[in-house]
Amino acid sequence: MNGFLLSTLIWLPIVGGIAVMLVGGHRPAMARGVALLVTMVTFLWSLPLFFSFDTTTAVMQFVESRPWVETFNIRYYLGVDGFSAPLILLTSFFGPLVVIAGWRSITKNVNQYMAAFLVMEGLMIGVFSTLDGLLFYIFFEAMLIPMFLVIGIWGGPRRVYATLKFFLYTFLGSVFMLIGLIYLYIQSGSWNILDWHTMPLSLVAQKWLFLGFLAAFSVKIPMFPVHTWLPDAHVEAPTGGSVILAAIMLKIGGYGFIRFSLPITPDASAVLDWLVIALSLIAVVYIGFVALAQQDMKKLIAYSSISHMGFVTLGLFVAFSIYRNTGGVAGAALGVEGAMVQMISHGFISGALFLTVGVLYDRVHSRMIKDYGGVANTMPWFALFAVFFLMANSGLPGTSGFVGEFMVILSSFQANFWFAFLAALTLILGAAYSLWLAKRVIFGAVANRQVENLQDINSREALVLGILAVAILFFGLWPQPLVEMLQVSVDHLLQHIVQSKVM
Amino acid sequence: MNSAQMLLAAPEFWLLVMACVVMVVDLFLGEQRRGIIHMLAMLTLIFAGMITLRGDYLADGVQSVTAFNDSFIRDRLGDVLKVTSFVILGLVFTYSKLYLRNFKMFRADFYTLSLFALLGVMLLISANSLLMIYLGLELISLSVYALVAFDRNSGRGSESAMKYFVLGSMASGMLLYGMSMIYGATGSLVLTDIAEAIRTQGSGDILLIFGLVFVVVGIAFKFGVVPFHMWIPDVYEGAPAAVTLFISSVPKLAAFAMAYRFLSSGLGDLHIHWQGMLSFLALFSIVLGNLAAIMQTNIKRMLAYSTISHMGFVLLGLLPGTAYGFGASMYYVIVYAVMSVASFGMIILLSSRGVEAERLEDFKGLNQRNPFYAVIMVLVMFSMAGAPPMVGFWAKLMVIKAVMDADMMWLAIIAVIFAVVGAFYYLRVIWYMYFEEPENEAIVTAPVDFNAALTVNGMMIIGLGIFSSSLIALCMTSF
Repeated sequence: MNGFLLSTLIWLPIVGGIAVMLVGGHRPAMARGVALLVTMVTFLWSLPLFFSFDTTTAVMQFVESRPWVETFNIRYYLGVDGFSAPLILLTSFFGPLVVIAGWRSITKNVNQYMAAFLVMEGLMIGVFSTLDGLLFYIFFEAMLIPMFLVIGIWGGPRRVYATLKFFLYTFLGSVFMLIGLIYLYIQSGSWNILDWHTMPLSLVAQKWLFLGFLAAFSVKIPMFPVHTWLPDAHVEAPTGGSVILAAIMLKIGGYGFIRFSLPITPDASAVLDWLVIALSLIAVVYIGFVALAQQDMKKLIAYSSISHMGFVTLGLFVAFSIYRNTGGVAGAALGVEGAMVQMISHGFISGALFLTVGVLYDRVHSRMIKDYGGVANTMPWFALFAVFFLMANSGLPGTSGFVGEFMVILSSFQANFWFAFLAALTLILGAAYSLWLAKRVIFGAVANRQVENLQDINSREALVLGILAVAILFFGLWPQPLVEMLQVSVDHLLQHIVQSKVM
Repeated sequence: MNSAQMLLAAPEFWLLVMACVVMVVDLFLGEQRRGIIHMLAMLTLIFAGMITLRGDYLADGVQSVTAFNDSFIRDRLGDVLKVTSFVILGLVFTYSKLYLRNFKMFRADFYTLSLFALLGVMLLISANSLLMIYLGLELISLSVYALVAFDRNSGRGSESAMKYFVLGSMASGMLLYGMSMIYGATGSLVLTDIAEAIRTQGSGDILLIFGLVFVVVGIAFKFGVVPFHMWIPDVYEGAPAAVTLFISSVPKLAAFAMAYRFLSSGLGDLHIHWQGMLSFLALFSIVLGNLAAIMQTNIKRMLAYSTISHMGFVLLGLLPGTAYGFGASMYYVIVYAVMSVASFGMIILLSSRGVEAERLEDFKGLNQRNPFYAVIMVLVMFSMAGAPPMVGFWAKLMVIKAVMDADMMWLAIIAVIFAVVGAFYYLRVIWYMYFEEPENEAIVTAPVDFNAALTVNGMMIIGLGIFSSSLIALCMTSF
């Protein structure tokens, strides 16, 4: 069975999506049912990635490899290690949640909506599981198509602007990566990412490649200053779209750094690490302030996402300074692990926050903070969840939000005190914008008639939010299973990147 | 001339005979039984394909066979391109039948002229001498001039036919002038002899270079690349959609064959000279085509400018002058033809009686009118934009690799940036189809054969993208 595990995870949702599409627009209940079934099966099918995962080795597992386009030596080559397995699990975990979240709020073309999400899920799993450079690019790009349609069809008033911006930004970033990939193929005669890892390259070539990868992944994460598409896309996307965007798609940027930039261009990464660190710190601090000023709940969470993703890039790239300072990689491991934990944790938290906003939006049809106030009085259960998620977002110890940030800050101390100082500002800023949001929306007196008439969350919404709350608490209190999955791969990566591959 | 030589050109003879048969049979058919002409034309294509595919002319290890005093060449490349032309023309006929019926233009002339143009395409594909190239080219051009003016009551049609005729004649003149110089410099009309002469006497002859310039102009006009693109938007817009459908697909295959025969078989040793010329033609086509297309509100014009940029990409593949590069170019042009017929097929589909759906707004809300057709159009548009996993992505990938092989990184970077610029106007079509409300609620329907052809066409676009190895291998082994 393991021989086809990853393929099944990729193609089951895609085929399921096509099936849902064929159900037709006139039977929404059936479309929802089939979509839920497919995502549930996909999630269950992905569990062996956790239970049968060998945490003692950094070699690729669940490998599938067969020729695809022989003329160019392109292979259908899949496999996972400690970096990709958790992200695949995160993706399949969010599948059913997104379907349930769109259960009632989507009424137009339900079959197309569900189909788009299923296809997207398959493609995202494909991104995380492929080890062939071109196949990666194909999944990476193809994923934009369903997202483009989701934002454009079911989005808010400025959806067309937002979705075009989203598509063109990402497309522009990724074509530079494509040139880099073709260059690597011309040099090596192979599309195998693992071959590229070991291939010697001159520093100049590495720098150009690094910049090409940076163009693609910095847009995806997104990093300052190419982040401006994200608030627009988030604000206009339907709830499910925002959830997938924040929880999974942003992680693809971070994953790209781990899979491509660091191991393929280690020397260039070491030389240019200041650039990424500077952009990350700007994201953490400046975007944190920007978040503070937002009037729109979704925009606030979007900026908070950018700020939190700054930790991911910071955690990945402080490794080089630490190595220069200490001559060892032990401290750097903490940073890279922290970045990975932060990605998973941010997936849960941002997904949960967008779902909470979605709950309010479904009832009041406004995302503006000023339209709310005193929601706790009419929706006590909802308030409980919302405050918990906002606490997690500000990095409260005991939630998963704390673990990743703490690891990254701890690690960046060994690189440079000021890195750690600036990064730690987020604990203040994050708390400020998260809790201030809670104060303005959840607490206080009932603001208006609409809030007075709010209905508390129903069992369907409670289920989704409850599952996420449990996950956030679980990884906050006991991150060990996740760290164990990562550890060997992180060590392997660090051993690899501190060795120069300049010819 | 013996019968073995005749046999090599059997597909061409078959087509010649059938084009005449179609013309004559029509005299005996009434208005109601015109369908027979369509069937006859389709059968012509099917049999032409079967005859071409027999391919037993090649003995072991022989790459190509020539006939008629070396002016005609039969090789694998030619066969692949010819069979592709038959398939594409089959789609063209199927789509245009609906159009011709709706617009009360269902006459046999359309089929006769198209078949003659196809014959020209085949001759051009198999040309091995300057004369044969010119013969094929003129046969295509003259048939197409007449086709553009096919709707004789349309002022726009006549105007664009006139424009096309004047510009086309000038381009033919230039080509002929270039040919005469090459003939003067090398003393032969046969491409392989020309190549041999250049090899022995060196490539420094100024006469030869001048000849090359004019030949490149002729090729550039045929492709419709900047700055020889002026006719494309007007002709695409002015001609009936069924004719635009034809012009935008099959003749492009011939243009590629002409470029390959000329530039590789004949003037291969002048590579260093024509590489520079082609790189600028390609650059300007990609830039101008994509920028101008953004501003169009008429979808036929938009696709015309998009064609210009696509042809720029085709030229990119020719730059390195290697077998790989030609393979990449050929793949691109085949893929382009497949995408192009699908897009014009959609225009025909949306055209109601007597009114062409040529405004972008006509695509508004198509998803609500018929989700199936909208999905097909999405595939076509994303494929043209070069988004994976559609087949258009592979085409762009291959030509960009060819440019990088030729060490022109700057050109590759400009090309991909403008591919992103181009994505905008393709996305706009999707935006109109999916994000806007329909202006016209009429249900979109089409006959069974039309739907079948469109489905096959759509499946080709995604299917050749996912199962891409066979077509790539086919193109790569043709050189």
